[in-house]
Amino acid sequence: MTNDFRLALAKDLVIALEQGNELEADKVLDKIAEQKESQLFQEVGQLTRQLHDTMIGFSLDSKITAMTENDIPDAKERLQYVITMTEDAANKTLNAVEDLLPVSQSLNEQAAELSTKWERFLDKEMPFDEFKSMSAEITRHFQQSKGSLLQVQNGLNEILMAQGFQDITGQIIKRVIELVHDLETSMVELIRLAGGDRQSSGKQDNEHELPGPVVPGVDDKAGDVASNQDDVDDLLSSLGF
Amino acid sequence: MDKNMKVLVVDDFSTMRRIVKNLLRDLGFTNTVEADDGQTALPILEAGGIDFLVTDWNMPGMTGIDLLKAVRANPDLVDLPVLMVTAEAKREQIIMAAQAGVNGYVIKPFTAATLKEKIDKIFERIDG
Repeated sequence: MTNDFRLALAKDLVIALEQGNELEADKVLDKIAEQKESQLFQEVGQLTRQLHDTMIGFSLDSKITAMTENDIPDAKERLQYVITMTEDAANKTLNAVEDLLPVSQSLNEQAAELSTKWERFLDKEMPFDEFKSMSAEITRHFQQSKGSLLQVQNGLNEILMAQGFQDITGQIIKRVIELVHDLETSMVELIRLAGGDRQSSGKQDNEHELPGPVVPGVDDKAGDVASNQDDVDDLLSSLGF
Repeated sequence: MDKNMKVLVVDDFSTMRRIVKNLLRDLGFTNTVEADDGQTALPILEAGGIDFLVTDWNMPGMTGIDLLKAVRANPDLVDLPVLMVTAEAKREQIIMAAQAGVNGYVIKPFTAATLKEKIDKIFERIDG
């Protein structure tokens, strides 16, 4: 309420009183009171909003606190586990490759040697004695091939199974992305509040219903987790399944 | 157990579907089809012809447990053998799956030998 406005009202009051116009004087007095009331309402309104914002700020703070105390350390451990898993998978794969390369190479060399000899035999350039020894070599070659090729097959299967890390690490990383998103949303809201902007974006609750892949040291603290297939089988048979 | 039986493999990670398909092929099961979610798997099952279902649990659209329940609730599919292959390892989940009628439960990471063993066991019980 400006001073000019008050002055105008005061002048109107004086005029009304000097004229003995009680009705008019009452009206002016009412107007003055109204101004005072609405000012009071405004201030109460402002205080209420401030209180509300502070409370939201507190709850956001506690949400962020909970995140920093639990979820963020968890997330760090989960990502560390991803590093471990991918490293293991890479090593398994490399081991298999390193084992198989010499096997494949020696088979290759043997086949190349025999092939040359066989060519000579086909061109009728091979004396009988040599043929006998080549025969023995061929027999040995087939025996060795059987073993070597079985080794190659097993190695390839190991490489196949080692790729299973991608699904598990993918699921773990998805969860960390969700946490980061949650944190981002909360921070943005805090910043908005601090800046006095009262529009709040809808809070998204990304509570995951499913526990997901077990990260050792993070997800198995309550002891209610099956840590390997034998645990699963024992649990099921103990219940009669 | 007929090695020619049609197997449906369901997982939202394509790498996992590839691994399971390859393992099944190694065991002699070459007749396989894939789906990337419970939601896309259900119509395939309802259309008929699938003899064995191998499914993950955690999938964005319809989870494996809900797929299993839908299968058991459908009179045409109620006896379909179902093997779950999943990273979900909490005891209460394993129990939940068993109570919902799963025939086998394999946790990730798993070995080829375990997969073979569980498949054999499922069909021993069915054929026996």
